[in-house]
Amino acid sequence: MSLTRKDVENIAHLARLAITEAETPVYVDSLSKILSFVEQLNTADTKQVEPMAHPLKDQVQRLRADQVADVDQHHKYQRNAARVEAGLYLVPKVIE
Amino acid sequence: MTDFHHQTLAELSAGLKARRFSSVELTRHFLARIERLNGELNALITVTGEQALAAAARADQQLAAGNAGPLTGLPIVHKDIFCTDGVLTTCGSRMLSNFVAPYDATVVERLSQAGVIMLGKANMDEFAMGSSNETSWYGPVKNPWNLKKVPGGSSGGSAAAVAARIAPAATGTDTGGSIRQPAALTSLTGLKPTYGRVSRYGMIAFASSLDQAGTLTLSAQDSAMLLGAMAGFDPRDSTSVDAPVPDYLATLDQPLAGLKIGLLKEFFDQGLDEANGKLVRDALKVYETLGAKLVEVSLPNLPLSVPTYYVVAPAECSSNLSRFDGVRFGHRCENPHDLLDLYKRSRGEGFGAEVKRRIMTGTYVLSAGYYDAYYLRAQKVRRLITDDFAQAFQSVDVLMGPTSPTPAFDIGAKVDDPITMYLNDIYTIGANLAGLPAMSIPCGLLDGLPVGLQIIGPHFSEGRLLSVAHGYQRETQWHRQIPQGYE
Repeated sequence: MSLTRKDVENIAHLARLAITEAETPVYVDSLSKILSFVEQLNTADTKQVEPMAHPLKDQVQRLRADQVADVDQHHKYQRNAARVEAGLYLVPKVIE
Repeated sequence: MTDFHHQTLAELSAGLKARRFSSVELTRHFLARIERLNGELNALITVTGEQALAAAARADQQLAAGNAGPLTGLPIVHKDIFCTDGVLTTCGSRMLSNFVAPYDATVVERLSQAGVIMLGKANMDEFAMGSSNETSWYGPVKNPWNLKKVPGGSSGGSAAAVAARIAPAATGTDTGGSIRQPAALTSLTGLKPTYGRVSRYGMIAFASSLDQAGTLTLSAQDSAMLLGAMAGFDPRDSTSVDAPVPDYLATLDQPLAGLKIGLLKEFFDQGLDEANGKLVRDALKVYETLGAKLVEVSLPNLPLSVPTYYVVAPAECSSNLSRFDGVRFGHRCENPHDLLDLYKRSRGEGFGAEVKRRIMTGTYVLSAGYYDAYYLRAQKVRRLITDDFAQAFQSVDVLMGPTSPTPAFDIGAKVDDPITMYLNDIYTIGANLAGLPAMSIPCGLLDGLPVGLQIIGPHFSEGRLLSVAHGYQRETQWHRQIPQGYE
């Protein structure tokens, strides 16, 4: 599997990652190598095999009652935010 | 001069209980060693000396009042992937270089309730993605056995700290070998429990179907002590398993006579350094003298572990790390001109090269048109590998083989080639894919560098694994070796 520069730029865009001009060829090379490496998976016969999403058998995602279970601590949590005003996270203007 | 740092947790615990020394004395001793030795090792990102001494004073009160538990007053370090309330929690990344966690991870909370004292936070590969501790934003960690060598990764800071005896034990996490491989490369006992055994709450997520917290210690007995306090059901982790936690210390002395050990044929065939392999075989002979029976077993799909992992883990990582958006926490770029620019530059600047590589690999394998060819296929092969293990455990009690293909390699030797780096985990990834508990214990030195023996068991067999490791450690002294200069 060989990726082009355009492929990598598109993947970086989908992943919301700014990568530099200098980094791009490095990722073209290493991502192509990784995708070629994982092509070994094609040697396994997986026709009758159920995909496995969880490592333990018969585990189900637990549900809980839809009740308030935590106290409001947004002031504590927002101390880690770059920009906050009146309890709101600030980002550049989205709607003109 | 005291020899606190030559002692295991079990020995230190006995000393505290007998009031031969106090937790404050013990904590001061390790803080002084950190002060003296951490500079050359780069094992710790944050040292929490003041808090540690305050906690040690409280532990001494409990010890004096006679209401202390076996772990009360023992100092350890936590891998910097565990959230610690009010303390910098970086995950080895520039992205979180300003992140002060607003709560404790369950692992941290439980150990702290048991009286364990945190000395500091250990360096690690960025977001636990690496096998050499070279991807950390805080710089590489040095292996105390040879400062030019890597300590392994991603729990490399935890491993170097315990190996250099600047902490008597450490927590770690293991997604593809990140406890066992550094344990092998630094002559420690590393334990990765069964998936779901220890809560993942507050442990910064890398690949959620593989991540599991565990321990790096000087002995299997010490692992048993810590695991007993860490393990157990936690409603805050949706994949935490609701099953009772056995008394791991009570079963440590189970006899090994009649134990059936499966030798993993594929591990001895595949890329194993010959001299390294010989030390592993010597360890197996010790088990034979203890009455264990060795049989060769083959897991035909096991050689596909690494490619399976490098689809599944990046896919889960790309999804997990999408939470770092520069808005709510973590690094934010200067003067973003719109929201897209804010996301892209914050993430581009905040993440290092390997993390970006894995996010992009994951984004690609999950993207429209490629999902079936990569991710779905990898999930199917994951089942084949898991079924191979299940079948092997019908005829053997544990599986054994090497932990790592070679001893510690030079810092910088593999950084330019991701595939070569990924192949370091060739023997450890299988247990993560299948959710199995696994350990690495020291079994010798090759040209002065440690070699590890890996032991893998069926789901929830931690008690048996620990007794198998303990049985070997009663017969041998490899786990008591101290690197030169750190005596």
